[in-house]
Amino acid sequence: MSLEYLLPLLMLFGINTILSSSLNVINGYCGLFSMGHAGFFAIGAYASAIVTRDLIPAMALSSPTTALVLACVIAMLVTGLVGYLVGFPCLRLAGDYLAIATVGFGEIIRIVIMNTDFLGAQTGIPAIPGITKLWHVAAAVALTLWLINNLMRSSFGRAILSVREDEIAAQAMGINVRFYKTFSFVVGALFAGLAGALFAHMAQFISPNNFTFIISAQILLMIVIGGLGSQLGAVLGAFLVTFLPEALRFNQTLSENRMLFFSLMMIVMMLWQPKGMIGIFSRFLDRKEAPKS
Amino acid sequence: MSLLKVDDLTIRFGGLVAVNKFCFEINQGELIGLIGPNGAGKTTCFNMLTGVYVPTSGKIEFDGSEIQGIKPHRISARGASRTFQNIRLFKEMTAIENLLVAMHSERGYNLFEAILKLPSYRKREIALREKALGILRAVGLEKAAEIEAGSLPYGEQRKLEIARALATGPKLLLLDEPAAGMNPTETAELSNYIRNIRDQFKVTILLIEHDMSLVMKICERIYVLDYGELIASGLPKEIQNNPRVIEAYLGGAIGEEAHV
Amino acid sequence: MENFYFSEFVQYILNGIAQGAIYALIALGYTMVYGILKLINFAHGEFYMVGAFLGVFFITHFPPYLAIPLAMMTAGLLAVIVERVAYRPLRGSGRIAPLITALGVSIFLLELTRVIAGPGARSFPQFFDNPTYNLFEVTGSKFAWLDGVVLRKSQLVIFISSLVVMSTLWYIVMKTKMGRAMRALSMDFDASKLMGVNINAVIAFTFFLGAALAAIAGILVGMNFNNVEPYMGQLAGLKAFTAAVLGGIGVIPGAALGGLVLGVCENLVTGYLPSSYRDAIAFGVLILVLMVRPWGILGKPERVKV
Repeated sequence: MSLEYLLPLLMLFGINTILSSSLNVINGYCGLFSMGHAGFFAIGAYASAIVTRDLIPAMALSSPTTALVLACVIAMLVTGLVGYLVGFPCLRLAGDYLAIATVGFGEIIRIVIMNTDFLGAQTGIPAIPGITKLWHVAAAVALTLWLINNLMRSSFGRAILSVREDEIAAQAMGINVRFYKTFSFVVGALFAGLAGALFAHMAQFISPNNFTFIISAQILLMIVIGGLGSQLGAVLGAFLVTFLPEALRFNQTLSENRMLFFSLMMIVMMLWQPKGMIGIFSRFLDRKEAPKS
Repeated sequence: MSLLKVDDLTIRFGGLVAVNKFCFEINQGELIGLIGPNGAGKTTCFNMLTGVYVPTSGKIEFDGSEIQGIKPHRISARGASRTFQNIRLFKEMTAIENLLVAMHSERGYNLFEAILKLPSYRKREIALREKALGILRAVGLEKAAEIEAGSLPYGEQRKLEIARALATGPKLLLLDEPAAGMNPTETAELSNYIRNIRDQFKVTILLIEHDMSLVMKICERIYVLDYGELIASGLPKEIQNNPRVIEAYLGGAIGEEAHV
Repeated sequence: MENFYFSEFVQYILNGIAQGAIYALIALGYTMVYGILKLINFAHGEFYMVGAFLGVFFITHFPPYLAIPLAMMTAGLLAVIVERVAYRPLRGSGRIAPLITALGVSIFLLELTRVIAGPGARSFPQFFDNPTYNLFEVTGSKFAWLDGVVLRKSQLVIFISSLVVMSTLWYIVMKTKMGRAMRALSMDFDASKLMGVNINAVIAFTFFLGAALAAIAGILVGMNFNNVEPYMGQLAGLKAFTAAVLGGIGVIPGAALGGLVLGVCENLVTGYLPSSYRDAIAFGVLILVLMVRPWGILGKPERVKV
C-alpha cells in the first residue's frame, strides 16, 4: 500500500465527493431529477484545461497553485452559466421529463465537444499541467462541504428543501419555486465544474469518453447508495464508488465488471433500503441527516 | 374596510364552467364562511384567489390592488395565505422548520452572509426561531416544535398548517376544510382555535367548510356556492333557513352535519 | 447547396420512414408502459439490444421463421421478470425510486450482455441477398421524380414487418379483452383496479408486448446493419423515447407517428447538413418538444389537482 498508489486514489475520492455533493444539492435537497451531471463535470474540466493551455500557460509553471485556483474559478463560473442556461428551459418540466431532458443535454454537451476541434474533438486535450495536489483537493472538499452545509442550514436551504417536500405548499408560503429550482441547479453545476477543473489537472488528459452517460449514472449511484439528500451519504457514496473497485482488485472478474455489480447494487438498494446506507444507520444519527426516500 | 372584493369571478375548464360570475366582498377583521356541496367550486375559488389558477374572467381586488393571474408566491407576499384541503405540510421537516419556511421573506440576511455564517446571519436565525416559537406557543403547539410534522397527530397537523400560514404574517387567511376528518370534540376545539387566531393575530379569515356546526358557530357571514354559482349569502341564521340552500344539500337540514 | 433534386429528397424520406419504423417499434413499448404506470422504463432500450442478441443466438439453431418469434418471446419474458422483480415492489412509492431502479436495470442488462457475449459486434448470417430496387424502373419508368430513388430489400422487409407487427398490436389493443384492460388502466388506474381488472397480469402483458416489439426492431436493425453490440440499446432507446414524447407519451398512435417523424427528420437533416451531429438531432428535437409542447403531437396537457 504505497503512497504512490494511494495518492491519486485519495484525490479521486475528494473529487468524487465534490461531485456527489454537487448532485446532492439538485437531486437530494431540491428533489429534482438531473441525470446529465457528467455534462457539467465535462464543462468544468474542459474550461479549466483551456484556461491553463491558452490563457495562463506560464503561470501554470511558475505559480501552479494560483493557476489552479484561477482555472477552478473560471471553470466554475462557466459551468454555472451553462447550468443556468440549461436549467432555464428544463426546470419547467416535471420529474420524469426533467430526467430525460437532462440526459439529452448531457449528451448534447458531449457531442458538441466531440465535434469541436478547439476542444480536441474526439482525441481530447492532452498534456494538461498536473498541478492538482492532494492538499488542493482536500481544501476544495472542505470548502464545498462547509459552504453547502451552511447553505442548507439557512433559510435558503429551507426554501430548497420545501420545494422538494411540496412545491404547491411552498409556493403558497411565498417561496419562488422556479427561482429555487434554478438556484439549486446552478449551485450543483458550480461545484461539478470545480470537480471537473481539479480532475482535468490531475488526470492530465481529458476526452469525451471521460464524460459519458455512464459517468452521470455513477454520480447518481454515489448519492443513491449513500443516501439521497444527506451530506454524509454523499461522502459515503463517493467513498464506496472510489474504493470498492480497488478493493475488488483481488478478483479480476469482479474488478473488470464493476458496473455490473454497481448497477445490481443500485437495484438492490432501491428495493431494500431506498434511504441508502444512511437509512441503515439513521437510528444513530442526528435527525437532520435523515434523507428523503 | 374592504379587504377582498371579487367581481364576476369565472373560470372555465374546457367546456365546464366551474365557477360562474361569483361576486363577494370581505371586510377587514371578518370571519367569513364559504360553503356548498362537493364540487361546487369552493376550492377552485381558493385556487384562483391564491394564484394557482388564472380566472377566465372577472376581477379580484385584494388590499387595493388587482391580483387575478398573479403567481402564488407573490400573492403570499402581498398578504394572503392558505391551508389545503388535504394537508400539505412539509412532512419531513419539523414543526418549527415548517414555520421558518413561511418566514423566508423576512429572513433579513443575504446569501453571502448565510454561506459564510457571518454574525449578522447567526443573530437573525436566532431571532427567526424565537418568532416562530412564539407563534407555536400562541397556538399551543410549542411542544411539537422539534417534532417531524409528518409524525404529529392529525388534529395537531391541521393546527400546524394554520400556524404555518400565519407565519407569513398575512392579512387574509384562507382555510380549506380545516375540520375535515375531525370528530365533534376536535371540531369544537378547532372552532375556538380559529376564532382565537382571528382575535390574536388580527387576521381576516375566509374558510371553506362542510361541517355546519363549525360554520354556524364562528362565521359572521356566509356565502353558498352550488355548481359554481352563488345561490345565497348572508347571516348564519338566514342561510340556515334558506330553502335554496337546503335543497342544494339535498334535503339535509342545516344544523346537523350536512353531507352530499 | 447544390441543385435540389426531388429524387434525393424522396430518397431521404424513404430512408427516414424505414428508420422511423424502427424507432416506432421501440417507442411503442415506452409509451404503453408509461401510459399505465407513468414510469419511464429507462431499461427499455436494452430489450431492443437483448432482442438483437437473442436473434443472433436463436438463428444459429433454428430457421428464421422460428428464431425470430422465439427471440421476441424470450425478450418479452425477460421484461416480465424484470417488472416482477424490480418494478412491482416499488409500485406506488413515488417517482424517483422506480426511475433509479430502471436506470440500474438498464446498466445491469447492458453489462450482463457484455459479460456474456463479449463487447465486440456480432452479425446475422446472410440468408437473403440484399438487392436494391430502382423505384423508377420498378414503377415502369413513368415517374421522373423517382429516378435515382432506390429501395433496398432490407428496407422493404422493415416496412412489411413493422406493418404486420403494428397491425397485430392495434388489433390486440383495440379488439381484445386484454387490450381493453390496458386502455382502461392507462385512463384511470384506480378505477380499473376497483372494476376488477387484474392489474398484475395486464402490466406483465404490457411489458411483454413492449419488449417483444423492441426485440423485433433490434433483429431488423441487426439484420440490416450487422452490428449487434451491447451498447446499441443506449442510443436507440434514448431516440425512441424522443419519438414517444414527440408523438405524445402514453398515446399509442403517437409512438408510431413520433417514430416516423423523427426518422424522417434525422435523414433529412443528415442528408443536407454535416452528419456528425446526427445524434444531437434527436436530443435537440427532444428538448424542443419538451419546451414547446411536452404532451406531444397527439397528447393532451395534464392538469394538476390542488
